Amino acid sequence: MTATELATTELQRHFERTIEHDQRIEPRDWMPEGYRKTMIRQISQHAHSEIIGMQPEGHWITRAPSLRRKAILLAKVQDEAGHGLYLYSAAETLGAERTDLTDRLISGAQKYSSIFNYPALTFADVGVIGWLVDGAAICNQVPLCRSSYGPYARAMIRICKEESFHQRQGFELLLTMMRGTSAQRDMVQEATNRWWWPALMMFGPPDADSPNTAQSMAWKVKRHTNDELRQRFVDMSVPQADALGVTLPDPWLAWNAERGHYDFGELDWAEFKQVLAGNGPCNADRIAHRRAARDNGAWVREAAAAYAAKHAEGQGR
Amino acid sequence: MTQDSQGESPVRAGWPLYEVFVRGKRGLNHVHVGSLHAADDQMAVRHARDLYTRRNEGVSIWVVRAAHIVATSPDERDPFFAPSGDKVYRHPTFYAIPDGVPHM
Repeated sequence: MTATELATTELQRHFERTIEHDQRIEPRDWMPEGYRKTMIRQISQHAHSEIIGMQPEGHWITRAPSLRRKAILLAKVQDEAGHGLYLYSAAETLGAERTDLTDRLISGAQKYSSIFNYPALTFADVGVIGWLVDGAAICNQVPLCRSSYGPYARAMIRICKEESFHQRQGFELLLTMMRGTSAQRDMVQEATNRWWWPALMMFGPPDADSPNTAQSMAWKVKRHTNDELRQRFVDMSVPQADALGVTLPDPWLAWNAERGHYDFGELDWAEFKQVLAGNGPCNADRIAHRRAARDNGAWVREAAAAYAAKHAEGQGR
Repeated sequence: MTQDSQGESPVRAGWPLYEVFVRGKRGLNHVHVGSLHAADDQMAVRHARDLYTRRNEGVSIWVVRAAHIVATSPDERDPFFAPSGDKVYRHPTFYAIPDGVPHM
């Protein structure tokens, strides 16, 4: 073994001990290339999801039924932007470039959560997105607050605190509609029918088809498997649906006393793969909108940079 | 900044990175909360307010260009910190005091 190899082995051992002791890896620590790549991919795709996630509900801001709902929705969509920015910052601590990441989103080189490729057809969808989509996101994200990568874990703590408002405002919106007319109740049921299965897909492929899970669990960047989290979400959602008075669109959904969990039907994984491959209802729209936002904002960024340069010159810096 | 000297367009290279520190309330220290990009110092303060204090998380914000921060080496076993490692007598628990002695 050469001296360099010996040094790398020692660094590797130190890295593994840090993770074993449930301590955090921090930006300038030595880490295996695979860990760095995995973290950059996971964090930036999470950031992209937050940014694209502004769109389905963002379209409803100008059409919200009251000033109260408009203010709430505006605050929620602004939070999603904030979450994207916390996460891009965390990815940058690993050596990634911000502009490179945002370009990769637009070129399709990096993915975002498949859920945001579905449309929000009515205002009830805004409520169901808060209840189920943000609910599933919370389920996924709470364990990430203990991710082994420090900056990611810290970003997740902030995000989870804010996400709780997102879910509650959605549920309250739906409760209000359920107390309204029968047409409003139908809207809530239809939106629930639309979003239930895609929300379950947010946890990713079944464990048997998730080749990266074992390594991610060993690195403690993932704390539970996809199927564990999906089951937890189903168990949480059933009593919420009862409280709301809607029916979850799954004839196989039933309490299993032996397992202590709800059984539920098979997901349409062919649909999941199609949406991931870019063939969902809104994939092209989402990216086109993002590209337009980047291109239309270019002159603002240029002007700000020119102003800063001129100002710095004036101060003789 | 360096991107200008390399002849890249400032937009392509992006705005410089700032680190953000927030004082949660009077009586507490400023604490590092994250980072952001901004064209200049004033924009950095405004972005920091919008990004890190949307829910009254702060009464005061500091921003500093990340490039201006000087830090110790990342290794926690750095000999830089060795001088304090072997001075157990700096801690109160080093001294044995009989149980009966009050207020100590």
